[in-house]
Amino acid sequence: MDPECAQLLPALCAVLVDPRQPVADDTCLEKLLDWFKTVTEGDIFFPVGSLNLTPCKKKVWELLGEERSSRGTPGAVPLVTPGLGRPHRVQCRAAAGAPLPGGAAVPCAESPGPEFWGPLLLTPPGRNLRSPGKLLPVSSGAVDTIFSLQGDSSLFVASAASQLLVHVLALSMQGGAEGQPCLPGGDWPACAQRIMDHVEESLCSAATPKVTQALNVLTTTFGRCQSPWTEALWVRLSPRVACLLERDPIPAAHSFVDLLLCVARSPVFSSSDGSLWETVVRALSCLGPTHMGPLALGILKLEHCPQALRTQAFQVLLQPLACVLKATVQAPGPPGLLDGTADDATTVDTLLASKSSCAGLLCRTLAHLEELQPLPQRPSPWPQASLLGATVTVLRLCDGSAAPASSVGGHLCGTLAGCVRVQRAALDFLGTLSQGTGPQELVTQALAVLLECLESPGSSPTVLKKAFQATLRWLLSSPKTPGCSDLGPLIPQFLRELFPVLQKRLCHPCWEVRDSALEFLTQLSRHWGGQADFRCALLASEVPELALQLLQDPESYVRASAVTAMGQLSSQGLHAPTSPEHAEARQSLFPELLHILSVDSEGFPRRAVMQVFTEWLRDGHADAARDMEQFVATVLQVASRDLDWEVRAQGLELALVFLGQTLGPPRTHCPYAVALPEVAPAQPLTEALRALCHVGLFDFAFCALFDCDRPVAQKSCDLLLFLRDKIASYSSLREARGGPNTASAEATLPRWRAGEQAQPPGDQEPEAVLAMLRSLDLEGLRSTLAESSDHVEKSPQSLLQDMLATGGFLQGDEADCY
Amino acid sequence: YCLSGHPTLPCNVLKFKSTTIMLDCGLDMTSTLNFLPLPLVQSPRLSNLPGWSLKDGNAFLDKELKECSGHVFVDSVPEFCLPEVRLRRANNLSTVDVILISNYALYDALPIHTRHTGFTAQCMPRNHRPDRLLPSPLKDAVEVSTWRRCYTMQEVNSALSKIQLVGYSQKIELFGAVQVTPLSSGYALGSSNWIIQSHYEKVSYVSGSSLLTTHPQPMDQASLKNSDVLVLTGLTQIPTANPDGMVGEFCSNLALTVRNGGNVLVPCYPSGVIYDLLECLYQYIDSAGLSSVPLYFISPVANSSLEFSQIFAEWLCHNKQSKVYLPEPPFPHAELIQTNKLKHYPSIHGDFSNDFRQPCVVFTGHPSLRFGDVVHFMELWGKSSLNTVIFTEPDFSYLEALAPYQPLAMKCIYCPIDTRLNFIQVSKLLKEVQPLHVVCPEQYTQPPPAQSHRMDLMIDCQPPAMSYRRAEVLALPFKRRYEKIEIMPELADSLVPMEIKPGISLATVSAVLHTKDNKHLLQPPPRPAQPTSGKKRKRVSDDVPDCKVLKPLLSGSIPVEQFVQTLEKHGFSDIKVEDTAKGHIVLLQEAETLIQIEEDSTHIICDNDEMLRVRLRDLVLKFLQKF
Repeated sequence: MDPECAQLLPALCAVLVDPRQPVADDTCLEKLLDWFKTVTEGDIFFPVGSLNLTPCKKKVWELLGEERSSRGTPGAVPLVTPGLGRPHRVQCRAAAGAPLPGGAAVPCAESPGPEFWGPLLLTPPGRNLRSPGKLLPVSSGAVDTIFSLQGDSSLFVASAASQLLVHVLALSMQGGAEGQPCLPGGDWPACAQRIMDHVEESLCSAATPKVTQALNVLTTTFGRCQSPWTEALWVRLSPRVACLLERDPIPAAHSFVDLLLCVARSPVFSSSDGSLWETVVRALSCLGPTHMGPLALGILKLEHCPQALRTQAFQVLLQPLACVLKATVQAPGPPGLLDGTADDATTVDTLLASKSSCAGLLCRTLAHLEELQPLPQRPSPWPQASLLGATVTVLRLCDGSAAPASSVGGHLCGTLAGCVRVQRAALDFLGTLSQGTGPQELVTQALAVLLECLESPGSSPTVLKKAFQATLRWLLSSPKTPGCSDLGPLIPQFLRELFPVLQKRLCHPCWEVRDSALEFLTQLSRHWGGQADFRCALLASEVPELALQLLQDPESYVRASAVTAMGQLSSQGLHAPTSPEHAEARQSLFPELLHILSVDSEGFPRRAVMQVFTEWLRDGHADAARDMEQFVATVLQVASRDLDWEVRAQGLELALVFLGQTLGPPRTHCPYAVALPEVAPAQPLTEALRALCHVGLFDFAFCALFDCDRPVAQKSCDLLLFLRDKIASYSSLREARGGPNTASAEATLPRWRAGEQAQPPGDQEPEAVLAMLRSLDLEGLRSTLAESSDHVEKSPQSLLQDMLATGGFLQGDEADCY
Repeated sequence: YCLSGHPTLPCNVLKFKSTTIMLDCGLDMTSTLNFLPLPLVQSPRLSNLPGWSLKDGNAFLDKELKECSGHVFVDSVPEFCLPEVRLRRANNLSTVDVILISNYALYDALPIHTRHTGFTAQCMPRNHRPDRLLPSPLKDAVEVSTWRRCYTMQEVNSALSKIQLVGYSQKIELFGAVQVTPLSSGYALGSSNWIIQSHYEKVSYVSGSSLLTTHPQPMDQASLKNSDVLVLTGLTQIPTANPDGMVGEFCSNLALTVRNGGNVLVPCYPSGVIYDLLECLYQYIDSAGLSSVPLYFISPVANSSLEFSQIFAEWLCHNKQSKVYLPEPPFPHAELIQTNKLKHYPSIHGDFSNDFRQPCVVFTGHPSLRFGDVVHFMELWGKSSLNTVIFTEPDFSYLEALAPYQPLAMKCIYCPIDTRLNFIQVSKLLKEVQPLHVVCPEQYTQPPPAQSHRMDLMIDCQPPAMSYRRAEVLALPFKRRYEKIEIMPELADSLVPMEIKPGISLATVSAVLHTKDNKHLLQPPPRPAQPTSGKKRKRVSDDVPDCKVLKPLLSGSIPVEQFVQTLEKHGFSDIKVEDTAKGHIVLLQEAETLIQIEEDSTHIICDNDEMLRVRLRDLVLKFLQKF
C-alpha cells in the first residue's frame, strides 16, 4: 500500500462508519473490497494491522446489504471466495428472505453476521483463520442458504455458491482444535458432515441439476484440496458416484467425466486405487461417444494409470475413425486401428444418426488425437499409418471421392460429403501427423490427398487455408536424403505439381484464398529458399510473377501478404527468373515497395513493407546494402510521415538494426549469457554518429520520443537509451558538456515535440545531439511511459479520493443548506 | 403426362379439373452432339473428314456420316429430340389450353407445339435411317428415329406472338376452373415456379429454382406451402459442384491464360449465368491486372440481352432493384461497356472484325459447339496451346462437345456453374414447404449411375416421392371432393337453418344452379307465374320451372320400444319386433304388415291398404323432426 492511500484510508473509514454519511455506489464498495483483498494478500511491506481495517470492512459489508435491502430488488453482494483469486459477485435474492452472508440487511438469529463472513471471506488462501472450527456455522441456516444458492438461476451465483461450499468444507476439515486435521477414519466435523450429507443426497436425486451441483462440488474439492481427508471423502462417496452409471441415461455425464479425471489427477490417490479405476473402466463402456472421448483423452494424458485402462481408453478414442475405416476399406488394412474397435454399436449409431452428430463426433475425435499426438505419454506404438489412412479416408468422404465398402460407408458418404467442418479438423490432424515418423509411402499418400484438396474447385477458402498449412508441415518434415542437401526424390516431383495449383490459387477471385496462397509461398521460400530443387521448380513457374502482380491487389490483406512474400523471394533472389526475357522483372523491388509505403491507403501493406525493409537491412539484402545510408534515410523519411503508429514503431525497429550495424549489436541483458567481447564498430564513432545524423535517425527518434502513441515513444526511448549507453562505453569521445554548441539541437527540440523534423535532415552536429541525449531524463521518461494512460484513474488512491469526494461534496451541500 | 425424359428440360402435361396445362416445353438438344459442327465459313478440315462405312464395306451412309478421331458424326443440319409424341396421341392431348413457361431455357420447343393446332401432324416418324446399323454412340442415343429438324424463324415468331407475359404473384384464371400464379424461382431473370389451384386443391410446380444469392429476385418459398402435390423438376445437373468454387476456377484459369498471351473462349447462352460471370469479372479483372484485356460478347441477341437485363427491375434481387430506382444500372456490365472493356456484337462479321484484338475473352454460343459463332473460334484457336476454352454451361458433356474438334491443342477447362437447387437444398425446401405429396422425375429418386453410393444425391422425403419417366402417365394422389358454389344474397336471406346437432344447422334450399365458365351460382327459383284471371289455362310446358310443393325433410331416429307402445295405444296388437343387421322389423301380424326401421330409411309394407299405410306413416312421423 502506498503512503498516499494509507493517509486517505482512516478518513474513508470514518466516512463509512458514520451513519449520516451517504455512501458511494456498490461498484465502488466492491472495488474497495477487491483492493482490501489485494492489500491483505500481497502487501508485506506495509503494516496493515496497524490500520485496523476491520471496522471498515464490516461497514462495507453492511452498506452492501443495506443497499440491496433499500432497493427492494435483488441487490449485488460480492461473495469473495478465498482462494479463487478474484471475487465472485453473487446475486442474492433479498425478496426471497433468504439469510445472506451479509447478514445485516435481513437479520436472522441463525445467520452469521459480518463478524463471521467478513473475516472468513476476506481470508486469503494459505492464511487460514486461527480457529476456523469455532467460527463455522454448524447448525446455522447459512449453509442451507449456500445449498439453495447452488440452484440459483444465475450461473455465476451457482458457481460461486458451490465454490464457497468447497471452501467451507475444506475449512471445517482443518480440524477442530488448533488446526489438527481430521483423521480419515474418524468422525467428520458437524459442518463437513452436513455438506457431505447434502452431496450424497444430491447424488441420489433424480433431478439432473442436483446431481450436476454435487459433482461440481466434488470436482472442485478434489481439484483444490489435496489433503489426506479427500481420500476418505472419495471412499465414502465413490459408491454413490459409481451408482450414477447404472442410470439410463447417465445424468450430468459431462460433470461426471470431469470428476473422474479430477480424482485421477489428484496426487492423493495412488495409481493402485482400485475403486477409481473400476469406475473409470465402467464409465468407458457406459458413457455415450460424446463423453467417452474426453474421458479417454484425459486418461491417456495421466502420468500414472493402469496399462489395461490406457489400452481401453485408446481404443475408445480410435473407435470413430476405426468405424470410418471399416466402412470404407475394401481390403483389410494395416493392423492396429481396426483390431477389436470397430464394433461399437453406439459409435456407429452416432455416426449415422445425423449430419451434425457425425460431424461433431469426428471433429472431437480428430481434435483429441491431435492433442494427444505430441505428448510424451501418448500410447506406444502410435498407429501412425492407420491414423493417416483414416484421416485420408475422412477427407475423401468429405470430397465425395471415397468408395464405400458397406451400407454404413454409403451413409457416411452422403453425410460427410461437402462437410467443411470435418474437412478442416481432418486437415489439422493431418498436419499434426506430419510430425510422426513413417515410411515414404505415407508421405506420398498425405501429399497426394493434400494436392487433391488444394486442386479441388469445391474446396472452401477456410479448407484451402488448412490444406496449405498441412502441406507446409508435411513438406518441411518430409524425409531428406541423409547427407544430401537436396529435397529427396519425392519432393521435386510434388513441387512441379504443386506450383501450377499455387498459380491458380494466386489468381483466385476470393481474397482469402490469394492471401493463404501467399502466406504459404512465404513460409515455403523462407525454409527452402536455398534448396536447388525448390528454386528450380519455383523459377520455372509463374508464381513469382503472380505474387508480384498481387502487390496491386485491391484487398489490403493480400497486398500485405504479397509484400511479405516478395520481400522473402527477393531476399533469396527468387523474385524473377534469371533468363534475359525476365530482366525487367529482375529489377530492384525497392522502388516498388517504397511506393507502397508512400502511397498505400491501408496500414497493413505499409507495415509489411517496413518489416521487409527491416529484414533486408538485417540480412544485408542487396537493395539495402548497396547504399545503406541512403536506404535507411529514405525509409525513415517516409515512415516518419506515416499516420499508422505501427509503421513508425517498425521504423524505430529498422533504426535499431541500423544502429546495431553501425555501432555494434546491443548487449545482452541476460546474466547467464556468455559475455562476448565487444565488437569494434565498423568505423570511428564520430563518423558513425555523423552517419546517424545524416540518415535522419536522430530526427526520427526524437520525434518519435514525443509521439502521441505510447508504444512509439517507448520504443524510441529504448532506442535512445541504447544509443546513449553505447556511446558512453566509448571513452574516446570527448565530453560534450560545455564544449559543443547545443543551441541548434535545443532549438530543434520544440519542433520535435511538435512532430516536425529538422529540415534538411542531418543538419545536427553529432556532439550537440549527444549532449541533448545526455541532458534528457530518458529513464524517467521510460518509467512514465511504462504506465498506462489511465493508471491514475485506476489507482486505489483515485478510488479512495472519489469515495471521499462523494461524501465531502454532499457534506458541502449540507453546509450550504444549513 | 411426361413428354420429356430430361429432368432439367421438362415437358409435362397436367390435366386438372377441366383444363389441360402443359408445364414447360424444353427441347433436348443433346442429340446435336452427334452432328458435325456448322462452320460459319467453309472448313477444309471438316469438309475433308472421311465418310463412315460399315465393316463389310457397305458405304451407303458415307455421305451422311463422317468419322473424326474415332467418332462418327452426322454431317447435316442438327436435329433434335422432340418431346414424346405417342403419349400425346394416345391420350388425346392435341389440345392444350395453356403452356406455362418457367424460364428462358424451357421454351425452346414452343414453336413445335404452337405451329399447328394439333400435335399429330408434326410427329411422323422418319424411317429412312436404319437405327440398328448406326455406329455407337448414335445407335445408343435416345429415339434417333424421332429426331427432327428445328423450326423456322417464321414459326418462332408465330410462337412468340402467342405468349402472354405475366408478373410475379399475378393470379390468372383459366376458364374459371383453376387459377395459376407465377412465383419467383430465384434462378434467372423472370424465372418462375407455378401454383395451379382450385378452391380446394393446390398443385405446385417447381422447375429450375435457386436459393443462391445471385442477380434474380429470391425464390418465393412461402407461397408453396400447403400444396397437395408438389411437382419438382429442374434440379442442378452437377450436384457435386459448388457454383462458388466453379466461379473461382473460371476466374483463375481465365487469368492464367490471358496472362500468358492466350485467348479464352466461353461457350455460353446469351442470358442467365453470363450476367453473373460478367459481374464477377467486373470485380476481378482489376485485381488480376487484366483491365486491358477486352471482353467480347457475340450473339444475335447480345445487345438486347445486356440492355433488357437492366430495365426489368421486378425480376431483380433487392440490391439491384434499389439501384434501378436511384437510378443506376443494376448490373455492372453497363460500366464495362461504357469503359470499352466489354464489347458486344451480333456476329463475328462486321464491326467485330475491325475491333478484334488479342489476347481476349470471348463469350459466345452455342454451348454444344455445333452451331453459332463459337464454331469459328474453336477452329481459329484450337490449334494453340496458349488458348483455353472454358465450359460453364452444364447442359452438354464437354468431352462430347469437343469430339469433332480433335485433335485439339488448346486447353479445356470444365467448370460447370449450375445454380439450381441441389439435394440438400431440396431437402430443406421440402421440410419448409411440407407438401402432402412430391412428384418428380425418376432420375431424382436414385443416386446418379456414376456415383451409386452417393445416397445423398437423391430426393429423400416422407412420404417417398412419386416418380415418373418419359412417356408415362401418372395419376396424382389426390381426389377432388368439393366444389365451391356461390349463393345469391337474397336466396341466402330466405334460408332458415335448423340446428340438428350442436353446431350443425341445416336448411333446405330450393334454387336454380347456374353454371358458367366453371363457376357455380345458386339463384332463387323463379316465382311461379300467377294464374292470369284463370280464363285460359296455360300449357304445362309453359310453366318454367314447375315447382312442386316441397315436402319437409325428416331427421332423427325412431325408438323402437316407444314406437311399439304407441302402436299398441292406437289399437294394434300382436306386435313382434325382430332385430336385423341394419335395424329392426316391426311385424303387425294381425294386419299382415311389416315396418322396416333402418338408420336412414323406414319402409311400411302393407298389402293394398292405403289407409293403414298412411296411419302408420303418421305414427312414424311423430317421432321425427321436420324442417
